[in-house]
Amino acid sequence: MSLTHYLVLAAILFSIGATTALLRRNAIIVFLGIELMLNATNLAFVTFSRVHGNLDGQVMAFFVMVVAAAEVVVGLAIIVTIFRTRRSASVDDVNLLKS
Amino acid sequence: MSATMAALAGPVAASLGSTGQTPTGEAVLFWVLAPVMVVSALGLLFARKTVHAAMSVVLVMISLAILYIAQDAPFLGVVQVIVYTGAVMMLFLFVLMLVGVDSSDSFVETITGQRWIGLLLGTGLAVVLVGVVLNAAGLQPTGLESANEGGNPGRIAQVIFGDYLFAMEVVGTLLVTAAVGAIVMTHRPRLTPLVGQRERADARVARLEQGEILTPLPAPGVYATSNALDVAALGPDGLPLEASVPRVLRIRGQERPVGDVSAPTATADQAEITASSDEEEQA
Repeated sequence: MSLTHYLVLAAILFSIGATTALLRRNAIIVFLGIELMLNATNLAFVTFSRVHGNLDGQVMAFFVMVVAAAEVVVGLAIIVTIFRTRRSASVDDVNLLKS
Repeated sequence: MSATMAALAGPVAASLGSTGQTPTGEAVLFWVLAPVMVVSALGLLFARKTVHAAMSVVLVMISLAILYIAQDAPFLGVVQVIVYTGAVMMLFLFVLMLVGVDSSDSFVETITGQRWIGLLLGTGLAVVLVGVVLNAAGLQPTGLESANEGGNPGRIAQVIFGDYLFAMEVVGTLLVTAAVGAIVMTHRPRLTPLVGQRERADARVARLEQGEILTPLPAPGVYATSNALDVAALGPDGLPLEASVPRVLRIRGQERPVGDVSAPTATADQAEITASSDEEEQA
């Protein structure tokens, strides 16, 4: 087994996350799909860090984790606020801008 | 300890650096974990209940942590468990609790053919990405043995606080901003005046004229054969006090008359009442 397998796994996980974000309507599940994409990129970062024998990739993955944590906090706050006013967590119900 | 670790790391480094192949143990670990991860990621895509989707993502994240540790990134593996599985996913579960666990997805399509277009795009993305990765095959892995010399967390700290110090500070500012943003966004302005203990007491006193009782309600009756909640106590005038039976029992009609429990009391009271009312009339 070579390190390419890890990259293939990361690509598959990224695609599944992207498909989830495209297909599901529950805002929380869409958000989970985005988290899955971030995690897949982290796996690629760690693998490339090992390929190059350089810790910069792991540091990048670390930064991705921190930014993802901040993103989750703000995103979930938005979901909770929308749920309070619209009583729904579906992305289809947020259509106030639609004529 | 370090000698054994060096002895263990020696052949690993040799095999990864010279042949580009990972050791057998890591290959077994990968082939066990990779299907689990893909299946649970598909669980995120197809699960009807949001909680199930969240739990399958937790499984993916824990497996990722194991893969990080297997890939000479123990620091990231631990951070993955603590930050992602411990903090982020628990935050997701808390929000699920607020939003309602049974908020399942609607499968009504608002955009015609969205399902097939989405699946097509997702499969296309997977094909393109996997194709690119496979085209870039023939990687010559260096391995992290020299970079991890002296411990992975320590070396990562040197990189973060050396080369990426400014980025680290910016990220700290970002975290503070995100926390403040979340507080501001979930803050709800008070539209009605605060109702505290003082206001409640004043309101009850104000309702005194409408028949509000300020004292505690009378306790149910205690008789020789019954001290249950469903029999009214007798008032000073000998009449049963309706308020002494709990409201719920009264509404359900489960209240028992005093005569059921103690017929003599009921008749004696009745006699007394008529007697006393006669006296009053005479007076």
